[in-house]
Amino acid sequence: MPEYYLALAALLFCIGLVGAVSRRNLFVIYMSIELMLNAINLMLATFARAQNDHGGTVMALLLIAVIASEAAVFLSMIITLFRTNRTIDADFFTNLSQEQNP
Amino acid sequence: MNQTLLLLIVILPFASAAIMGMAYLFTSLRDERIYSFIGIATPVAVTLFSLILGVQMLSNDTTFVIHSTLFEWLHIGEFQIAFSLMADRLSAVMISFVSLIGTLIHIYASGYMRDDIGYGKFFAYFNFFLGAMLLLVLAQNPIIMFIGWELVGLASYLLIGFYHQESGNITAANKAFIVNRIGDFGFVIGLALLFLAIGDKGFGFDAIRAHISLVDPGLLAPIGILLFVGAMGKSAQIPLYVWLPDAMAGPTPVSALIHAATMVTAGVYMVARFDFLYELIPSVGLFIATIGIASALFAAIIACMQSDIKKILAYSTMSQLGYMFVAVGLGAYSAGIFHVFTHAFFKALLFMGAGAVIIALHHEQDIFKMGGLKTRLPLIFATMLVATLAISGIPPFAGFFSKDAILVHAFAGGHIYIWAIGVLTAFLTAYYMFRLFLIVFITPAKTAHRTTEVGMSMKWPLAVLATGSALTGFLGANEAYGGSNLFGTFIHLGDRVHHVDHSTEYLLGGLSVAVALAGMMLAYLRFGKGASEPKADTPWRALAINKFYIDEIYNALVVVPLRYLSILFDRFDTLFVDGTINLMLLGYRGAADAFGTLQNGKVRYYALYILIGISLLSLAMLRMTRSPL
Repeated sequence: MPEYYLALAALLFCIGLVGAVSRRNLFVIYMSIELMLNAINLMLATFARAQNDHGGTVMALLLIAVIASEAAVFLSMIITLFRTNRTIDADFFTNLSQEQNP
Repeated sequence: MNQTLLLLIVILPFASAAIMGMAYLFTSLRDERIYSFIGIATPVAVTLFSLILGVQMLSNDTTFVIHSTLFEWLHIGEFQIAFSLMADRLSAVMISFVSLIGTLIHIYASGYMRDDIGYGKFFAYFNFFLGAMLLLVLAQNPIIMFIGWELVGLASYLLIGFYHQESGNITAANKAFIVNRIGDFGFVIGLALLFLAIGDKGFGFDAIRAHISLVDPGLLAPIGILLFVGAMGKSAQIPLYVWLPDAMAGPTPVSALIHAATMVTAGVYMVARFDFLYELIPSVGLFIATIGIASALFAAIIACMQSDIKKILAYSTMSQLGYMFVAVGLGAYSAGIFHVFTHAFFKALLFMGAGAVIIALHHEQDIFKMGGLKTRLPLIFATMLVATLAISGIPPFAGFFSKDAILVHAFAGGHIYIWAIGVLTAFLTAYYMFRLFLIVFITPAKTAHRTTEVGMSMKWPLAVLATGSALTGFLGANEAYGGSNLFGTFIHLGDRVHHVDHSTEYLLGGLSVAVALAGMMLAYLRFGKGASEPKADTPWRALAINKFYIDEIYNALVVVPLRYLSILFDRFDTLFVDGTINLMLLGYRGAADAFGTLQNGKVRYYALYILIGISLLSLAMLRMTRSPL
C-alpha cells in the first residue's frame, strides 16, 4: 500500500514547506528544509519498493549522505551568522532588499 | 606655376587666418605688430599673385583660362565634383580689385582697430573673409561657389557681431545671418534644379555653359529666379535688404570691405557668371532689373532722411547695387561688373573716410553732431570730396562712366521707365551724398568738438583709393568719351549690344550730369549754411525717416507670427510630447516600486515566491495535460 507512504511523504513535505516560509528562527528553517528533504527520500524509497527498482533505493542512500554533509555546512553558516550579528532571526538579514540598495 | 599661384591665392588667407586664430585662442600673444604683419602680408601677397594672373590674361586671348584642382571631392560613378578653381578674365578682374582693396582696408584696419582687445581675432576673421571671397570668385563649379558664398556670410556674421558685448550688435549679426539664409535657401534650390537638369553632364561652369540648351525652357526661369533670390539676400535687394543697414554695427573697416566693396557684390558677380543662363531668359532679366531699380530708388529715398553717417552709406550701397542689378538684368554684364569695380573704390573710400571721421570725433556717428571738419581733417576732406563726386556721377570721376554706361544701356534697350527712375535715383544720390558731405565738412558746427589725430595708416590708403576713384572710370570709357571700353572688352562677357550714336550718348550723359548738379545744388541750398535734423512733420517725411516702416512690417508679418508659432510648438512639446513621456515614466516608476517592495531581502519571502511560482506552474501543467481531453 504505497499510497499511505506517499501521503505521509506529502504531509511531511508540506509541514517542512510551511515551516520554511513562516518561521524566523534559522534553526527551525534548517530543520524544515531537512524535513522536506526527508519527505523526498521517503518518496524515493516508496517508489523503489513499489516498482521493484533499486535505483531509487540507491538514490535515497546517496541523498542521506548529501543531507549529512549539507547539515555540516548549514550549521557552520548559522554559527558564523550568529557570531557576526548576534542573532539567528532570518528577517534580520535583509542585505538584498531594495531599501538598502536603492 | 599658374596653378600653384591660383591655389595659393585661396589657401594663403585661410592659412594665415588659421594661424592668427590659433595664436589668439591658444597663446597669450597679443602683440599687435605680429598680427598686423601677418594680416597685411597675406593680402599683399594675394594681390601680387592676382596681378600676375591678370597680366597673363592681358597678354593672352579670351580663351585663356587657368584651372587648378585641389582635390576630388565627390566621385560617384561617372559623376564627379572636384574642389577646383578657375580663373578666367571675369574672375581675374574680381580677384584683382578684391585683393587690392582688401589690402588697403587691412592696412587701414591696422590703424582703426589699434588698442582693441580683439585685435588678433579681428585680423583672423578679416583674412578668413578674404579667403572665402576669393574662393567664391575663383570657384570652378557652382557648388564650390556656394561654399564660398556661405563662408563670406559666416565671416560677415562674425564681424558684424565683433563688438559682442552689446546685445544690439548680436541682434544685427543674427539678422544678417538669418535673412541671408532665406536667400541662400532659394539659391540652393536653384542650384539643385540646375543640377537635376544637366548635372549628369558635369557641373563645372564650362560644362553648364555647354549644355544649357538641354535644359527644359520652362525650368530655366525658375532656376534663374531662385538663383537671383540668393543674390537678393547677399546683395541686399528688395525684399531681403533689411540686414544691410543693421550690419553697420560692425567695425567700419568691415563695413568698407564686406558690406560695401566686395561681399555684397557677390550677387552681381553670380548673375554675370551665369550670363549664358540669363541670356536665355530675358523676362527674368527684366524682373531682376525691376527689383534692382526699385531697390535703388527706395534706398536713395531712405538715405535722404537718415542722420547716422554709416547708415546713409549703407543705403547708398544698396542703391548702387540696384544699379548693378539693372545692368546685369538687362544684359549689360560688363557694365554691371564695371560698376562693381568702380563702386568698390569709391564706396570703400567713403566708408573709410567716414570711419576716420568717427575715430577723430571719438566714436560719434550722427552727422548732425559733426560739422566744419574741412580745416581739421584736410586730407579726409579732400579724399571724401573725390569719392562723393565719383558716386554722384560727375565726370571725370569713376562713378560717372560706370553709371552712365548702365543708364545708356537701359535707355537704348527701350526700358524707358527703368532709365527714368535711374536718372531720378542719380539726382537723389547726388543730393544725399552732398547732404552728408556738406553737413560733415562744410556747414559750421553747432557745438565745438575736439578732434584727435588720425594715424598715418588710416590716411594713405584713402589717398590711394581716391586716386582709384578718380581714374578707374577711364578704363571703361566708351568711344563717345574718347576711350575704347577697355574694361568691357577685357572681361569679355556675353553682353546684349545696343548701338547708340554719340549724340544720344552725349545727351544722356549731359542729362545725368545736369541732374547730379541739380541734386548737389539742392543739397547746398538746404544744408550749406546750417543743418538741422530731419523732422517728421509731414506724413511722407515720417515715412522716409522711419524707413517706410519695413522693419516693423516684417516684424508684424514674419517675426511675431513665427514667435507665436514657436510658443505654440513649445506648449505642444511640453504638454503633449513631454506629457506622454512623463506619464509613461510614472507608470514605469509605479511598477518598479511595486516590484521593489517584493524585493525585501527576507529569505523566507523568497521561498514563498518560489512556492507560489511552482504552484502556478504546476497548475498550468495540469491544465495543459487535461485540455486535449
